[in-house]
Parts: sequence; C-alpha cells; structure tokens
Amino acid sequence: MRAAMAPSSDLDLLSVTKKFGSHSAVDDVSFSVTQGDFFSILGPSGCGKTTLMRMIAGFEHPTSGDIRIRGKSMVGVPANRRPVNMVFQSLALFPMMNVGENVAYGLTCRGVGKAEAEQRANRMLERVGLKGFAERRVTALSGGQRQRVAIARCLVLEPTLVLLDEPLGALDLKLREHMKIELKQLQSTFNTTFVYITHDQSEALVMSDRIAVMNQGRFEQVGSPRELYHHPATPFVASFVGETNRWTGEGTGGTRIRLASGGEVQGVELSHAKSVVCFVRPEAIALSSSEESLSSLPNRFAGRVSAVLFDGANSSLLVEAPGFEQPLRAVLPQAGPLAGIEVGAPVHIGWTADAMRVFAA
Amino acid sequence: MMPARKLALFLLLAPAVLWLGLLILLPHVEILILSFSERVGPRVYAFGLGNYLEFFTEPLYWRTFARTAVMSILVTALTLVLAFPIALYIARVAQGRLKAMLLLLCLLPFWVSELVRTLGWMMLLRETGLISYLLQRVGLASQPVEMLYNDGAVILGLVYGGLLFMIVPLANALESLEPSVVEAGYDLGGSRWTVLRRIVIPHATPGIVAGSIIVFMLTVGNFATPVLLGGKNGLWFTEQIYAQFITRFNWPQGAAFGMLLLVLSSVIVWLGLRLSGQSLGTTLRQA
Ligand SMILES: Nc1ncnc2c1ncn2[C@@H]1O[C@H](COP(=O)(O)OP(=O)(O)O)[C@@H](O)[C@H]1O
Ligand SMILES: [Mg+2]
Repeated sequence: MRAAMAPSSDLDLLSVTKKFGSHSAVDDVSFSVTQGDFFSILGPSGCGKTTLMRMIAGFEHPTSGDIRIRGKSMVGVPANRRPVNMVFQSLALFPMMNVGENVAYGLTCRGVGKAEAEQRANRMLERVGLKGFAERRVTALSGGQRQRVAIARCLVLEPTLVLLDEPLGALDLKLREHMKIELKQLQSTFNTTFVYITHDQSEALVMSDRIAVMNQGRFEQVGSPRELYHHPATPFVASFVGETNRWTGEGTGGTRIRLASGGEVQGVELSHAKSVVCFVRPEAIALSSSEESLSSLPNRFAGRVSAVLFDGANSSLLVEAPGFEQPLRAVLPQAGPLAGIEVGAPVHIGWTADAMRVFAA
Repeated sequence: MMPARKLALFLLLAPAVLWLGLLILLPHVEILILSFSERVGPRVYAFGLGNYLEFFTEPLYWRTFARTAVMSILVTALTLVLAFPIALYIARVAQGRLKAMLLLLCLLPFWVSELVRTLGWMMLLRETGLISYLLQRVGLASQPVEMLYNDGAVILGLVYGGLLFMIVPLANALESLEPSVVEAGYDLGGSRWTVLRRIVIPHATPGIVAGSIIVFMLTVGNFATPVLLGGKNGLWFTEQIYAQFITRFNWPQGAAFGMLLLVLSSVIVWLGLRLSGQSLGTTLRQA
C-alpha cells in the first residue's frame, strides 16, 4: 500500500466504487495523480466522470474504496474541509456577488479579514487577466471571462487539487480552442495539480500530461496522450481517442488477418483469435496515384475516391476499395501532389504492418 | 388601422379598468372624502380634520394603532422564520409527488373559511378545550388552563393564517437557485451558516420580501382572528374601524381610521422595500 503512494502524488484513488442502486456508476477505479500534473479523465457521456469527480470533491461518498489527498484519507471529510476546489460544469458563479466578492468568498470563509481577502482577490484577478473587473457583476461578463473567474475563485485558495468538470462545454468553438491553451498555461504557471474531465478527446490530448480513458464506470487505460494515441491498450481506447479505421476479422494463426468483408491485411503480431478487431489511423495510410511508390508496404490496395472531406489541414479522403465494407479514411495532405483529387478518381492506398493495431474481440 | 387598434385595446382593458375604478379606486375616494367631513349638527356635515385629530387625542385609538403595527411586524417575522425551513425543504429536498403533497398540505387549512379555521383554534385553546384537557391528564396543570384571549393566541392564529402566503413565494424563489451554486458555496470552504447567509438568503430576498408584504397586509387588515382569539384583549385596529362604522354609526370617523390603516401599510411596505433594497416590480414578479 505505502509503495503505491509516493510522497509526490497529490491524489490517490484506491479501488473506488460508487453504486446507485444496483448500477455501478464508478466501478473499481484506482489511479494516482502526480504533483503538478494536468490529469484528464476522458470518456463518453454517462460513463461516470462527474460521479468520480464529485466523490473527490466530497459531494458523493464512495460505496467502497478510499480517496487520499497527499496521503490523507478523505473518507468522512466534508466537502468544505477538503483541500480541493472544483470548477463546475455550469461554472456556478455566485450571481448575488460581484466578481471580486466571488473570488474573495473562499478566503473570507477561511477567516481571512475583509481587506486582505479583497487585496488577494484583486491580485488573483490580475494574474488571470481580469485586472479592474472586481466591481463588475458576474452576469456582465463574457463566457471566457466567467471561466477565468471560476478558476481564479479556486486558485486563490491555493488548493492541492483543482477539479474541472467539462468547463469548456458551454463555450463556442473558437473560444474553446483559445481557452484550451489558456487553461494549460494557467495550470503550468500556478503549478497546481489539475484533474480535468471531458468527453472531448481533442481537449484531453492538447492539454494533458496524462489521460485516463473511462468507459462504463471503469478505467480502460491511463497514459500520456502519445501512449494512448499510438499504443491503445483496448479496442475502446483505439476507437475513442482520435480518428481511426476499424475492421472486424479473423486471425489466421500468422500475422495476416482475414476481414469479414473479404479483404486480407497484414499485422505484426501473431493472431490466433477467432474474432479480432483491427485499427489503422487515417494519417498512417499512404496515398499515391501510382502503385510502384507504395511497393514497400505490405498492405496495398487500389481503390476509388468516394468522398473528399475538405477541412484545411485536417482534410481527408474516403476511399472505396474491394474487400472493405466501409470506405477507408485517409489523411489528404494539402501540400501533397494529390491535393486537388476529385471524387471518382482512382487512387492507391497502403500502410505498414506496424501501423495496424489488432485486438481480440 | 390605428383607431381600430385603439378601440380593440380599449375594449380589452375595459374590464380591468372598470374593476379597478369601481371596486377599488371609487370606494377609497369616497372614504377619503368621508374622512374629512365632521358632524357639526344632526345630519349636518362640514369639511374638517376633526376625525384625524380625534385619533391623535384619544390614547385608545393610537395605542391600538401602534399595537396593531408592532404585532403585525412580529407576526410577519415569526411567519418568515417558520416558513423558511419548510419552503427550503419543499424547494430543495422534496421531489415529485412529495413536493405536490406538501404544498397541498399547506393549502389544506384554506379549504375551510377563515372563520371556521379560527373557531377550530378556539376549540383547541379554550379552558375546556383539548389542550387544557391533555395538560391536566399529563399532570402539567392541576386545573383547566385558559389559553384564549391573550396575545399568544392572536399571534398563533395570525401566523397560522399567513404561513401559506409566505411559503409559496419563498419556495418559488428558492427553487430557482441552481444546486451547483450551493455546492460551490460549500466547495470553497463555506459552512452551512455561511452558505445560508451569503448565498441562499440573498438569492431568496425577492421571495422573502414578497411573502412578507403579503403576510403583513393580510395581518394588519385581519378582523376575525384577533376578535375571536383575542376577545376583549384583541385590540386590533380593524375592530375600531368596525366599531365606528357599525356600532357607533360614525362613518366619517371610521373612514378616517380606514385611511390611517392604509397609510400605515403603505409606509411599512415602503420601508421594508427600502431596507431590503428591492423594487416593487421584482417583488411582484416573485409573488
Ligand atoms: N444521483 C444519482 N442517482 C442515480 N444515478 C446517478 C446519479 N448520478 C449519476 N447517476 C448515473 O450514473 C451514471 C454516470 O453519470 P455521470 O457521472 O454524470 O456521467 P458523466 O459525467 O460521465 O456524463 C449515469 O448513468 C447516471 O445516470
Ligand atoms: Mg458529467
């Protein structure tokens, strides 16, 4: 037990389970978060992220298991005594107080004098780029400013841990992209441990030092964004994190896999399983107008463009090829020779054996 | 086009205007005029301030007036204190059917008329009533106890009658408080008391003010409850008005008292709004 809790870990969950009736919203989850990390929990809606976070904050109590913050068990400690602060999904700013009072609230709760609390709140507002906003009503702020008030209100208390529950969900796309970067910067300047939950894989990939992928109350995999992306441990992680092509098939005992739709593809590991799923990332698929340039690739197919999905640098092609039920998705480099390709044009596709992940289904 | 529109608007507004004009404005104008007429001889009246002077020179009148004001404020405050936890429970804890049931339960006493309700309290509180009997049985009293005809009984009856009118606007106001805002209050280190004082009560202020105004007005203007439960000691200002109009047949004096009561309610409501920093508009919306 002690070995699992290195002194540098800010948060440890040990086999935490939460049941609502007979339904396990969180099922035997264990993980540790290192001091100063930006840790994300990524999973689809309804997988138990909010429940997990509310247990850490102290609003729900685990059915079993232990939650430790800097090694101290939080079981039985009420929410207002935990060194943890939360940025709510709805932000939950106090509409009856102005911006300065919102930020000073936590300090006055701790018994800090009014004048000092005000001073510290102002300093914090300055650090998050809201200098001079103290007297504003919270309803008179833009989405991004409200976001910063919600975070300032937590950070001013210098908590061990800040919990963020999909805080960018309500923002429009442009602002969300901007806030991703801003959040990450805030986290690194304050060097506070952040636990961030989201269903948006791009948010998690961009901001996190480590990500836990959650599905139906369980953790599927914990790792760095690169690990999750390039070495998914389960089919769920492979399909949830990033875009991917997915086929089902049958192992042949060798490295080849016979697809249910008729084609055959080449992997690296021996596969005996009766039924397997394979994944190939769209950017791992090479495109060419001639077959020769792909001759070094073990997986080579001739196909026809069925759709061009133009999205600037993220453009991709859907390619119909014999032996595949669904069109394959391949990244279309806008700087390459095929940038102008049209629907219906013939095209050759191919990928290396190690670009393909194979799981027993 | 425009004249037709105006006509339509006029027709739509007509019932409301008639209602306000005939039933509220007109009688009050009448009462106002009446209150300034003095009897100078049999069936001879002249304009004068005599009725108002009478109020200030006769201690019974202004003392009853002051007592009514103070007791009404007390009743309003008590009702608020009692109603707050109930409204909090209805708005934030109870769900679905339980919530509807609880509101119905608050409404139930109003199924019967105020008179019958008050008579019910008399049955419980009188010397030979249920409570007196129980106290004797348990041994807490050695002889019949009279609990009627004192201020306590009057306050009890008035609070009981006002409770619903406080609970409904309060529950309404509390219902609109986002649960996550309350949780944020705790999360940032607030105690129950801090969260109540700095988040829940400020949020509920429009409801508190609305409920208080309604209860205060109902209480000041109540007649049956103080008369029946207070008896001779009731000393409610409405009794004085009744006495002038009906017993003494001195309508001008009664009219002056009526105007004074109207001024009293208005001034206290205005003060309440000023002190709580609310405007009449937002308060009415809450009620
Ligand atoms: N208070 C509750 N009572 C009963 N079921 C709940 C409660 N809170 C959450 N759940 C259930 O737990 C599951 C996980 O919910 P939640 O943690 O909100 O998921 P997420 O935040 O990942 O979308 C859902 O199936 C939800 O219906
Ligand atoms: Mg959620």
